[in-house]
Amino acid sequence: MALITFESVGLSYGGDNVAHDVSFSVQSGEFWGIIGENGSGKTTLMKALLGLIPCASGRIVLGDGLKPNEIGYLPQSSVIQKDFPASVDEVVLSGTIGWRGMKPFYGKKERALARKNMEMLGILPIAKKSYQELSGGQQQRVLLARALCATRKCLVLDEPTTGLDPVVTAEFYRLLNTVNQNGMTIIMVSHDVEEAVRSCTHILHLSCHPLYIGTAAEYKNSPIGRKYLKETAL
Amino acid sequence: MIASYFQNMPEIMTRAIVVGTLVSLCASLLGVTLVLKRYSMIGDGLSHVGFGALAIATVLHVGKASMAVSLPIVMLAAFMLMWLTEKRRMQGDAAIAVLSTGAIAVGTLLFRFSDNQYQDICNSLFGTASMALLSDTDMWITVGVSVAVIMLFILFYTRIFSVTFDTNFAKATGVHVGAYSMMLAALTAVTVVIGMKMVGAIMVSGLIIFPALSAMRVAKRFRSVMITSAALSLFCFFAGFFLSLLIEAQPGPAIIAVHVLSFLVCSFIGALKTRIRARKTRSIVVEPPCKAER
Repeated sequence: MALITFESVGLSYGGDNVAHDVSFSVQSGEFWGIIGENGSGKTTLMKALLGLIPCASGRIVLGDGLKPNEIGYLPQSSVIQKDFPASVDEVVLSGTIGWRGMKPFYGKKERALARKNMEMLGILPIAKKSYQELSGGQQQRVLLARALCATRKCLVLDEPTTGLDPVVTAEFYRLLNTVNQNGMTIIMVSHDVEEAVRSCTHILHLSCHPLYIGTAAEYKNSPIGRKYLKETAL
Repeated sequence: MIASYFQNMPEIMTRAIVVGTLVSLCASLLGVTLVLKRYSMIGDGLSHVGFGALAIATVLHVGKASMAVSLPIVMLAAFMLMWLTEKRRMQGDAAIAVLSTGAIAVGTLLFRFSDNQYQDICNSLFGTASMALLSDTDMWITVGVSVAVIMLFILFYTRIFSVTFDTNFAKATGVHVGAYSMMLAALTAVTVVIGMKMVGAIMVSGLIIFPALSAMRVAKRFRSVMITSAALSLFCFFAGFFLSLLIEAQPGPAIIAVHVLSFLVCSFIGALKTRIRARKTRSIVVEPPCKAER
């Protein structure tokens, strides 16, 4: 069974229809890029997947034992207050909140997982530093570590590289590919078409309804893919 | 009055110190979340509702158990404000302005029917002249609810952090964010009502907001902000309370005045820290090329 199946999902946002007839399925281990212009419904689709908003029609079915609160979420960094007093380890540990039940404090298991993820993403040396004093790239890694603490199966990323410089962006995609190769399914909403085509295994090109659903390799050679890549390259 | 005050010194002192300590702790813990969630004005709005509620209690002649009347009223107002803000039925700040001025107007009119109009208004606005005026019932209510607030805060600490830091992430991982907002509203209402007895309706939001703001100037981790906030709040209470005894003034304004002073000191220390850190990082960046030249 597929990990996530969208069955003719329709979405509305503030009363307006933003997407309709979205049907596709995500298998374990795939890396999906959801691309499209502003207002194409890609962020709304992601919110519906996370359960933040309901589907107007159709449904999203989770398979392979994936529970709704077991999806790790990496929001756009801009949604987090710049002056929030929190250290890196406090932020990463808060990722475990969904699965550790009603325990009031973090136990050994949570700390070990947080440590493992911080080590993998190279932020262990700055674990005690304040989140607000980090660079954009470091902040994004912290949020990625938090998302990894929330899930063992599936990550959802919302424009993860907005505002990062090219070097840091490339580094971030390398990290994502490593995470993906370790078996993590990733669904990423992105503006960056070129990078999405390069890193993702599959592409969903959305413009209120799907224009393309399939592998990234085929997308590059499809008429719609060639057209869009050319337009965004300018 | 001052004479009798000193005659019953031991009992009054214990009473004031116990209540003051608990209220200060509640206010300081809650304040951090309220300030970070940009809910500071909700605390302020609720304090005005508290003034109206006290007026109702006075008119009903339940003087000895005024909190039993004001607690439910303020809590109801808190839920309403939170609901309006979350559902975006009305702009949050407008809702607060409407509610707080309305409560002040109705409250002032109601005090007209009290036997001791001006004394009562004064006490409600600026805090009782001495905390000895706290009735037994009110004192036990204060002790009970403040212990409950502190316990809830410790039990839900990690969740409160998660909801405050990133609401959407918390929601996506299955935390009932709505329930936490309502809990926060209830805790704020409780803290406003018990804090109002101590420093008065006008200044109670200072009791909630000052320690959090001051702590955020000097501490940069969530846990250390919490601890600093609590410590500052206790210090300011004791300093303000003894200052008020010394100069024979009301404790409320004295406590808040010490808070203002502590905020200024913390801001200064914070600015100094930032400057030192900036200098350190600059020297790290500049050093390697200098060495290379040699």
